[in-house]
Amino acid sequence: MDAPGTEVALPATALRGKDLLGIAELAPEEILLILDTAEAMKEISQRQIKKVPALRGRTVVNLFFEPSTRTRTSFEIAEKRLSADTLGVAVASSSVVKGETLVDTARNIEAMGPSMIVLRHASSGAPHLLSRICKSPIINAGDGLHEHPTQALLDAFTIRERKGRIAGLKVAIVGDLLHSRVLRSNVLLLTKLGADVWVCGPPTLIPMGLAAMGVTTTTSVDAAVEGADVVMMLRIQLERMEGGFFPSLREYFRVFGMTDARLRRAKPDVIVMHPGPINRGVEISSEVADGPYSVILDQVANGVAARMAVLYLLAGGGAHDEVVA
Amino acid sequence: MMKWLLKGGRVVDPVNGIDGAYDVLVRDGVIAKVGRDLPVSLAEGGQVIALSPAFVVCPGFIDMHVHLREPGQEHKETVATGVASAVAGGFTAVACMPNTAPVNDNAGVTELILKKAADANLARVYPIGAVSRGQKGESLADIAELKAAGCVAITDDGHPVSTALLARRAMEYASMFGMPLIEHCEDPSLKGDGVAHEGPMAASLGLKGIPGIAEAITASRDILVAEMVGGHVHVAHMSAWTTLEAVRQGKSRGVKVTCEVAPHHFTLTDAMLQAPVPYDTNTKMNPPLREAKDRDAMLEGIRDGSVDVIATDHAPHHADEKNVEFDRAPFGIVGLETAIPIAMETLVHGGVIGLPRLVELMSVNPARIINVPGGSLTEGQPADITILAPEQSVTIDRTQLVSKSKNTPYHGATFRGAAAATFVGGRLVFVNAASGLALTAEAR
Repeated sequence: MDAPGTEVALPATALRGKDLLGIAELAPEEILLILDTAEAMKEISQRQIKKVPALRGRTVVNLFFEPSTRTRTSFEIAEKRLSADTLGVAVASSSVVKGETLVDTARNIEAMGPSMIVLRHASSGAPHLLSRICKSPIINAGDGLHEHPTQALLDAFTIRERKGRIAGLKVAIVGDLLHSRVLRSNVLLLTKLGADVWVCGPPTLIPMGLAAMGVTTTTSVDAAVEGADVVMMLRIQLERMEGGFFPSLREYFRVFGMTDARLRRAKPDVIVMHPGPINRGVEISSEVADGPYSVILDQVANGVAARMAVLYLLAGGGAHDEVVA
Repeated sequence: MMKWLLKGGRVVDPVNGIDGAYDVLVRDGVIAKVGRDLPVSLAEGGQVIALSPAFVVCPGFIDMHVHLREPGQEHKETVATGVASAVAGGFTAVACMPNTAPVNDNAGVTELILKKAADANLARVYPIGAVSRGQKGESLADIAELKAAGCVAITDDGHPVSTALLARRAMEYASMFGMPLIEHCEDPSLKGDGVAHEGPMAASLGLKGIPGIAEAITASRDILVAEMVGGHVHVAHMSAWTTLEAVRQGKSRGVKVTCEVAPHHFTLTDAMLQAPVPYDTNTKMNPPLREAKDRDAMLEGIRDGSVDVIATDHAPHHADEKNVEFDRAPFGIVGLETAIPIAMETLVHGGVIGLPRLVELMSVNPARIINVPGGSLTEGQPADITILAPEQSVTIDRTQLVSKSKNTPYHGATFRGAAAATFVGGRLVFVNAASGLALTAEAR
């Protein structure tokens, strides 16, 4: 029984691309456009009636080939606040279990005329494949080990909200750098906007060639955290650790876990971030996760605003307008 | 046509020390005579092909690493479509890998392949047998039986020979038949479920990596084994600079080690994974496209003589199989019809090597390594001949490929150099109409 709220003045400029495949494809000014738009969207989320008609009559398909609670919920709330009709397609209930290819699944969904497709997939590059097949804009909600652009956008939004800027900040990212799409998107975004990015993890979890992305790599948490404005912890994906990347979770926490003691090397006004879900006592102690520097729940709240901004910008104006029945 | 006189071209026949304006007379399926200014009357009752000096006549090119997919995967390629692709690419013979379904680990499969090849009657086909029964890496296949049926070498291609011990036994046992062990060099633990060369490109694209040393480690293992037992190991589809170093060291110690490089590994790098088409599954092959340092090392190895053979690793896959997520797509690209244009453009016109060396890489050496006829225009030898049009500009069009599969990353690329005609056993089996090669009137 939501009643649409009052229209707000929103920036009119659209993104250049049809899709949001990754941060790699975005120019710095496009990132800033999304962040500015997200501020207006956040204002909507703080109203009593959290709904505007911006995407009324448009259908957004959330195509999730991997389990996800946070990202999927966040997208759905963002879509509903923009008055889009939303449809979730999950792996278990789809034709994929019958052996249908991603290409065929996408063609079938495309034939039903969606306005936008949000894709989460375990294969790196799956959104790029879809983008070549579908006329509808594709939003990458996480592809394999590659990118998770809306996570990086909501992280940047949160940093800017707290620090007023991104350029010149020291950002330390600590954890599993090898398997993290959040890492790749954040490194791309933060370096594009001029942050000093340090990445830290055990050598077994640092991908070869990461330094070429313009970051400082270290295995010393202390060196990474020293003087940091932002400390971003990455989840240790327990299900991926069977390959023996480090001896035990206990030892991982001992060497890399974020504790109050370690955090004291950072700036006094440091913020601690985590894309979730957190493993308490593995990559982060509860005292830090629940402590005064933590902005973990702010990130979750801002995720809705950032995703509203992306949906709005990809749907709005210019060459990508589709016929609304 | 029983008689041909190839008149006026440049003949390049390194084995006989020939490089110049010669004529070649073909009679009854064999090279009858090679000489200067042979009289047209010699071709009486046959046909004269008047070649401008721009055309190059060489011993037939042999691709010692192709996947013909039959039996079992006829939707990708058959022996018949594969040999048609071969002659269209200027190859007079191919050696085919045993990773079919069922595996070529017994005389029945070998005979089937040879029967299909005889029916097609285009390029010669030399089957390569499995090292291990079912290519399972456990016990040796019946190698004497494979040899008797017509196999020219053994390999577990698609996979490395599973252990150093099995590699040792295979090399020891095959040595009594003079068959090389062709090794798909890859340490399985380092390869893991990798899909691209491990390096900055794979890291930025989020693709699991296969390090170059995964290849070099197995190559080094087998070179040491060959050294100890006096066997012959041939390193297939070499791609990493570290492997080339291992091969060079082995050669310098006198080990019987030879190696081949595929055209894509001396032309392309993993930059192709990102652009022009990101995650294009036609840039996915095993071994993967590597970095510029590796690509440049392959060119240097070709230039300095460390590399023995250019072989395509022709790996046809159906479009449906390639039209999937990158990490789900099969490894491999087709190569038979693009090899000569790529090699001519990159190696010969690019100034890396001259034509005689190219003929060694694509004809002389493969014939020697798998111990088959060919590799020269010696009088009395079967008349397997490749005629090149070195100056012809060709643009690769996947829709025009003769192969049943169209999986090439070179679609739209333009090269200078092409196969103009292919003779197998004195029969003209392919003419490239655009080459300007003129079949003139019959000799009187």
